[in-house]
Amino acid sequence: MTLDATEWDVIVVGGGNAALCAAIEAAETGVSVLMLEGAPKPYRGGNSRHTRNFRCMHSGPLSVLTDSYGIDEYYDDLLLVTKGRTDEGLARLAIATSEDCLPWMEAHGVRFQPSLSGTLSLSRTNAFFLGGGKALVNAYYNCATDLGVTVAYEAQVRHVEISGNRFESVEVEIGGETLRIRGRAAVLASGGFQSDIDWLARAWGEAARNFLIRGTPYNRGVVLKDMLDQGAESVGDPTQCHAVAIDGRAPKFDGGIVTRLDCVPFSVVVNKNGERFYDEGEDVWPKRYAIWGRLVAAQPDQVGYSLIDAKSRDLFMPSVFPPIEAGSIGDLADKMGLPRAEVEATVAAFNAACRPGDFHPTELDGLATDGLEPAKTNWARPLDTPPYYGYSLRPGVTFTYLGLKVDDTARVTGSGGLYDNVWAAGEIMAGSILGQGYLAGFGMTIGTVFGRIAGREAAAHVA
Amino acid sequence: MSLDEFQNAPIDEARRQLEICNACRYCEGYCAVFPAMTRQKQFASGDITQLATLCHNCRGCYYACQYTAPHEFDLNLPQALAEVRAESWQALAWPIGFARLFQRSGLAVALAFVVGFALLFWLARALPNGGGEGFYAQLSHNALMAIFLPAFLLPLVAIIVALRRYWALVGGGPIRARHLLSALHDAARMRNLDGGQGQGCNFEVEDRFSGARRSAHQLVMWGFLLCFAATSVATLMHYMMGWHAPYALLTPPKILGVPGGIMLVVGTIWLARLKRRADPELSAKSVASGEMGFVALLFLTGASGLALYAARNTGAMPLLLALHLGAVFSFFLLMPYSKMIHGFVRLAALARDAQDRS
Repeated sequence: MTLDATEWDVIVVGGGNAALCAAIEAAETGVSVLMLEGAPKPYRGGNSRHTRNFRCMHSGPLSVLTDSYGIDEYYDDLLLVTKGRTDEGLARLAIATSEDCLPWMEAHGVRFQPSLSGTLSLSRTNAFFLGGGKALVNAYYNCATDLGVTVAYEAQVRHVEISGNRFESVEVEIGGETLRIRGRAAVLASGGFQSDIDWLARAWGEAARNFLIRGTPYNRGVVLKDMLDQGAESVGDPTQCHAVAIDGRAPKFDGGIVTRLDCVPFSVVVNKNGERFYDEGEDVWPKRYAIWGRLVAAQPDQVGYSLIDAKSRDLFMPSVFPPIEAGSIGDLADKMGLPRAEVEATVAAFNAACRPGDFHPTELDGLATDGLEPAKTNWARPLDTPPYYGYSLRPGVTFTYLGLKVDDTARVTGSGGLYDNVWAAGEIMAGSILGQGYLAGFGMTIGTVFGRIAGREAAAHVA
Repeated sequence: MSLDEFQNAPIDEARRQLEICNACRYCEGYCAVFPAMTRQKQFASGDITQLATLCHNCRGCYYACQYTAPHEFDLNLPQALAEVRAESWQALAWPIGFARLFQRSGLAVALAFVVGFALLFWLARALPNGGGEGFYAQLSHNALMAIFLPAFLLPLVAIIVALRRYWALVGGGPIRARHLLSALHDAARMRNLDGGQGQGCNFEVEDRFSGARRSAHQLVMWGFLLCFAATSVATLMHYMMGWHAPYALLTPPKILGVPGGIMLVVGTIWLARLKRRADPELSAKSVASGEMGFVALLFLTGASGLALYAARNTGAMPLLLALHLGAVFSFFLLMPYSKMIHGFVRLAALARDAQDRS
């Protein structure tokens, strides 16, 4: 069957969690559904491939989740990271609906497991996927296929054709051929633009060319840009992206979870000139890792260097790459391409500012430097026990904030009000809810909740 | 066996992959390998051999992995660990060369052994039988014992040597009853093929889950154990009660042996079919023939036993008896070199894991 021979009831653009939830919901009502996934099959699933959990409201123990996590506490957690940059209505909708989503996910093949080792702090709020995000993606693709959804891989949507307020068709490139595929409703779930480095550089500044992209190389924002060019209303700061500090040796794209580095609180972090620039021990790492992407991005060449000694080697999760190792701080600086004398002076000054006291790696221990600028306010122990280890740090972009404006039925807003038959879900519309910062597992919540709504609404429209 | 023998390419490749896995840990819930992995940061050869032996090749981690090819990290942990198993298990066996031969050309070796020994048993009919009846008109019971006892005991000695080598390699401590009980419990339920939540494995259906391999393996394992029990009971009946074969259907040897034989035959056919459907890129290709040869050996043992029982009163009996004896004899003789060793080494790995967890 050629894809452009018929008019599809619902065309889903994208192939990640939100797209799959939409496709499944729509297909369950009996309408015909075509999914256009831009990536080849091994890379299907967008950034959902790299996710690991789902933040879920619950009034009592639910599946693998312990205790309870109420709507107000959840919303407060969101306010804390977004500093108020959220749409309260949509945010509360996402939170309140998340509780129903978890059993729905299980019923559609997703399996959960108790909190992973090293993540016990999340066992109450986040349900972890058995096998991680790709296992979830596989389960949904199998479910969608069983429901009769047609999936096209390496299907790059170039243009969403809208006439007046109505979606008519998509222009899509599949295997070098450009097709015009007609549909009666569209769900746009094709992510943000973080993998288009040129766009990132235009938005953020030239320094962004040195950023690494943690997820899929296929989120280039083509559909997002096409919609905005046609007058769709936008949400979210167009210049901003969410970035964390990751191992500087990570691949340019798709390094995912294994490139994270949790050593900063136990280290001395210097820039390429061998100078410290921020309090490494300001707070526990889960509360600070997100700001370090930005801190490193502000340093020359967008790079930082985290230095530890043998005492701290086993205090954090291993990274995918072994650290650089040397017998002295000077040698370590040489091996890492840092100015030897400056690094030695920085570490010597740091060591001299350390004070005796009790060190507690898992809590704020108040072991602070004395008279050092900037201070290290917790876990400040001198680097004095060889071998010494070093990791380079670079900003790793997770997602961008710019997105499409939707209402509480996930319908997209154009210049002339709501479109008749265009819905959006996932990263492409998340900027309205997550205007700043990030809350672990909330991207999957937004994708699942609005993916399901979009799929149902689109199917109801064509029914 | 020196440690140097394990400083080889499969170990290095497995180490590279395990270090990536250890920084991710998404697969923690699938099987025993991942929780065991997270207890370490650096992996010595023995650690990697232990992890490889814990792996039952369910393939759950491969299909869940975001870093499989074409990703540059190029993870394929089921294959990497299978390669380590192939290398290290061969190195445990004595003589090593023979284990390699079986892994490379298992089907041919198995068939050659069965046919060869069947021929010998056929010829052995010329020996004086001491006036035996039934099967023993063909070959006296004492002659059988004289042939089979060494064929059973010598491989057993080789297996004990292999287990001791394994235990030293993985740094095992003194074994307690609870370690063994835990290992037997895991093996009896094939816990490491249940996907962590009973959904089964991804062996023959790619990223979908199926309980087929676990069920087929259970049929083979329990079928084999029933057959073994039948033979043991019959030996006791022969010597302690003077109750000689052939036995009627409602006697202990047949009550155990007939269902056991049927399970063995059905299970091996099922396993072979699953193996043919499974993606060969996710296992060690160098031992594919050895694995199929082992399945064939089990099948021949069970099928010839059933045929012998069915045709015990016909003219085909002498031929089938020779064939069955040839199959059983070959099976025992090849135990340390065929995949049969996996049963013993895996139990040791499960016991070692129980030790590590406690």
